[in-house]
Amino acid sequence: MDYKLFTKRVKHIYKYLFVLFAALTIGSSGLIYKILNPSFLSFSEEDNTETYTNAEEFDNIENNIHVATGFKDDEGLQLVIANCTSCHSAQLVTQNRATKEGWLSIIRWMQETQNLWDLGNNEAIIVDYLAKNYAPEKKGRRQALQQIEWYDLED
Amino acid sequence: MKRRHFIKNTVLGTTASILASDIVFSSAIPSGYVPIAFQEPDPYTLFGKDKEMTSLNNKPWNIEAKAHLLDDKITPNKYMFIRNNGIIPKNIDVSKWVLTIDGESVTKSKSYSLADLKAKFKQNTYQLTLECGGNGRSEFNPPAKGNQWTTGAVSCAEWTGIRLKDILEDVGIKSNAVYIGYHAADTHLSGDPEKEPISRGVPMHKALQDETLLAFEMNGEDIPLAHGYPLRLVVGGWPASASGKWVNRISVRNKIHDGTKMKAPAYRVPCKPVAPGETVKDEDMCIIESMPVKSLITYPKTGAMIKKGKQLNIRGHAWAGELVVKAMEYSIDFGSTWKSCDIENPVNRLAWQHFKASVNFPKKGYYEVWARATASNGVSQPMLVPGWNPKGYLNNACHRIAVIVK
Repeated sequence: MDYKLFTKRVKHIYKYLFVLFAALTIGSSGLIYKILNPSFLSFSEEDNTETYTNAEEFDNIENNIHVATGFKDDEGLQLVIANCTSCHSAQLVTQNRATKEGWLSIIRWMQETQNLWDLGNNEAIIVDYLAKNYAPEKKGRRQALQQIEWYDLED
Repeated sequence: MKRRHFIKNTVLGTTASILASDIVFSSAIPSGYVPIAFQEPDPYTLFGKDKEMTSLNNKPWNIEAKAHLLDDKITPNKYMFIRNNGIIPKNIDVSKWVLTIDGESVTKSKSYSLADLKAKFKQNTYQLTLECGGNGRSEFNPPAKGNQWTTGAVSCAEWTGIRLKDILEDVGIKSNAVYIGYHAADTHLSGDPEKEPISRGVPMHKALQDETLLAFEMNGEDIPLAHGYPLRLVVGGWPASASGKWVNRISVRNKIHDGTKMKAPAYRVPCKPVAPGETVKDEDMCIIESMPVKSLITYPKTGAMIKKGKQLNIRGHAWAGELVVKAMEYSIDFGSTWKSCDIENPVNRLAWQHFKASVNFPKKGYYEVWARATASNGVSQPMLVPGWNPKGYLNNACHRIAVIVK
């Protein structure tokens, strides 16, 4: 077996074992937690959230967009996913536009009032990612109507 | 490997998070967080919403209608916008639901079961207009942070419940009462049990109006979960954030209520007009009370193409916060000339009013039909986006639809 193939297989097995181990750990800790907190996971009907268990599926990028979150693929993406989507959806980020100062002030507001943690050295990377990919556009005082879907109106 | 997988897991740390990257500063992340990135729920079946509704945000849930979806005189659930600040409560047991009235300005705090409320007090039904304070935010320049609502964060449903003033009278309030503030069963996004997602309120004069309800029904049925089941405060004509959902406590305060999102800059606008982008100090921000005059063309949907010589019948709704709409007009020439629409009186105070008109076009081409309402105090909707404010509230600019005559 050549070295490359060997490495590839080891990596493959490593990934597989990793996911298996993770699943077992989650399962067992969940079970212990459930024993200690019987109400845990007794969700009512409205909560049917699904969870990605396959890390590779979660990593998919199509047309420069990270499919699972809708974020643009650029330097800092993984940090943004990890730090910005714990409390709120990615949509709350991607629908907003701000300058560097603007994004920083939003981060400060979240730290002061919404329990956002210290971002440390990653703050600069995250702010750069946001200011570059979600920068404000000049809209003027009233934009022209956009994205009109034309249709024939019969009586 | 390009990225290391990282597990953050403690025995009691609820679910461990597997992320496709390191969680840097993981020690600063409280245990129990599950990145929303891993969730993929379908809001339409979840909340019974029409597929044409726009989901702006899935944590917290924020979903809006489009103008043409709001054509019904009474908004059905499937077209009603959702604006949530926190997580919808789980496992609601109505038999154990208790409403407590407390605060500095009650003579003695008192609690009621839902059955008590229904049995003890007279029930009333009103159509009440609820519009998100940030409806239209997406048009502000420079942009304001938050959910980028376009035109669809407004509704007028039929609400049934008891008058807040009846229950406050039963409890007994002191003469120093200034404000009421609600508290509710929803939970904070961060998972912090000490934090309330939202706890707003209104001054006593609004709390004591006949139309201010503690409602159990919307459109003749139990209130849908996303809209506040089993008990919602409904305060028509004011920012819909005053209409607390899942309410379990109302405090009668001897000062302006100081709950979450009562303080600046939330649901406040500059007391004096400011230039676009200007920094405004917290103390110069004033609480929004009545919503401004506004209207929507709900038929036809924008993008209609008609044949030359055909009349276009338009219709929609208009509302004016605490006031009544006294005149409704449309323009097909970008405001150069205005023609009047027929406008109905409101079914009851604080209900939106219905208008209609038949529009003729002089020749082939591209047109926009603009609609403009005028309130009983003589104030009309602006054609441009109104005065900029830091949080992007109160955009009541004229609604317009595109039409081609061919």
